[in-house]
Amino acid sequence: MADVKKIATRDSYGAALAALGAEHEDLIVFDADLAGATKTGTFRKAFPQRHFNCGIAEGNMIAVAAGAASMGLVPFASSFAMFAAGRAFEQVRNSIGYPHLNVKIGATHGGISVGEDGASHQCCEDFALMRSIPGMVVMAPADDVEAKAAVKAAYEHQGPVYLRFGRLAVPVFHDEASFKFEIGKGEVLQDGSDVAIIANGLLVNEAIEAGKALKEAGISARVINLCTIKPLDEELVLKAAKECGKVITCEEHSVIGGLGEAVCALLSEKCPTPVRRIGVNDEFGHSGPAAALLKQFGLSAEHIVEVAKDFCGK
Amino acid sequence: MTATEKKQLMATACKVRMGVIEGTHGAKAGHPGGSLSAADLFTYLYFKELNIDPQVPKWEERDRFVLSKGHTAPGLYAALANRGFFPVEDLPTLRHIDSYLQGHPNMNTVPGVDMSTGSLGQGISAACGMALAAKHQGKACRVYTLLGDGEIQEGQVWEAMMFAHHYKLDNLCAVIDNNGLQIDGRIDDVMSPYPITDKLRAFGWNVVEIDGHNFDQMETAFAQARGTKGVPTAIVMKTLKGKGVSYMEGQAGWHGKAPNDEEYNIAMDELRAQLAEVEAM
Repeated sequence: MADVKKIATRDSYGAALAALGAEHEDLIVFDADLAGATKTGTFRKAFPQRHFNCGIAEGNMIAVAAGAASMGLVPFASSFAMFAAGRAFEQVRNSIGYPHLNVKIGATHGGISVGEDGASHQCCEDFALMRSIPGMVVMAPADDVEAKAAVKAAYEHQGPVYLRFGRLAVPVFHDEASFKFEIGKGEVLQDGSDVAIIANGLLVNEAIEAGKALKEAGISARVINLCTIKPLDEELVLKAAKECGKVITCEEHSVIGGLGEAVCALLSEKCPTPVRRIGVNDEFGHSGPAAALLKQFGLSAEHIVEVAKDFCGK
Repeated sequence: MTATEKKQLMATACKVRMGVIEGTHGAKAGHPGGSLSAADLFTYLYFKELNIDPQVPKWEERDRFVLSKGHTAPGLYAALANRGFFPVEDLPTLRHIDSYLQGHPNMNTVPGVDMSTGSLGQGISAACGMALAAKHQGKACRVYTLLGDGEIQEGQVWEAMMFAHHYKLDNLCAVIDNNGLQIDGRIDDVMSPYPITDKLRAFGWNVVEIDGHNFDQMETAFAQARGTKGVPTAIVMKTLKGKGVSYMEGQAGWHGKAPNDEEYNIAMDELRAQLAEVEAM
């Protein structure tokens, strides 16, 4: 495993913006004094005339982006997830969501893997907030390849999109040459029939590792990557529930309002199935190295394996 | 401005005020006070200042107007209807279920509305985004926005003011309707935004003060705004809340209350008399 390439999806975001910017003149970028951290600085370096710093004023930035979108431009507005989805929630809801304007929100530093900054910056509520807005597409890509594809898909999609990226470098497991991405479509990474493990963001890699470990322990786990939380790939989730009979959801987000609840809502109405949700259990994070925090909060392959074994009675 | 032109504007303003009364009476709700204080401005913008085409509401090169104080939609709708964007007869359907005339401006349902607003403080930011985009795209159009004097208590307004100056948005003109009243009372009792002009100047804006019920002063101010390069312009206009309807004038209570049938008749009689007076000039 030593030679697995690791890239933070925020880096993928910056690189994808710069690549797309070369093809599309109408793509512009807004940032709120975090261009170095959100990596929109990569775009700024290539296209300084299309990058607009808004200063530390996220609410204004979001509504400015809405106005620019109404003129036919395709703005990507960036800040940390906490401020893009949290602080500016109402601007996103009223100035982008309600008029259904073509703004892409590129939110980096999602989840507790923000690490040392602590709870004030560890946003575990953004899926819940963003998915409650009608017409909003919500995505949390798992690795570099998927993140770049998601940015491209977001640009091509007409309407508001929320993209969540991470600070921590994570393994690149997709093969760029063969990878196909579509908004609202999940992918089965390992087939199985005892339990379905549905994950997004950096938990996908943990789910893959868990799937391998479970196989060795005699449990056949179907590992699913659901990058798009909204709209949910209902067909894929229902099929997995029907064929596996048990579902585990994994996300670097509160167990309230995110992927887990989206899956539970679908299953309770269309295919009642026992579900275990792995996520942040209605508590705030705290300072520490990202890897240690992920382990401590149970956002790890080991914990997924434990939950799956218990769930399967093994 | 010729005497005939001014007379026409004054007559139109009476009709816009009647539209405000028709709308809020029909809705049995809505915000007449601030719609009436800004009725002369709505009239001036839509009948003199803005480069627009009611036949092609989404014409790309048009000037944009963002009603940042979105609750005065009855005033904006009355101006748009009188300008030919949609039938004046539809105004009383304001706020009715399934009417396209939503309680606050909706850019996707109301022809001529350039931005959905209603949550205070956000419209000016959207206007900044439009002005920035227009410059970036090399469009010659201008962007106008109207704010309430209570609305500028919102911190986001000042984020936008900073932004507009930083990006030298001289194609942006923000008008502040200084009628002195908000829902809970006098603005200086609730949370004083004064001194408004000093604050705007400190934010680097070109500031013009006018009487918001005087078309000659509006003409001069907007011409000055168009001629000002390198900085955005703010027009702070002194107005009378409820202007044109005797019992609504200067009354905070008419901020967000609709006239009943009897009050409707009084208001319409007063406005018809004002219109007759203008037409007899």
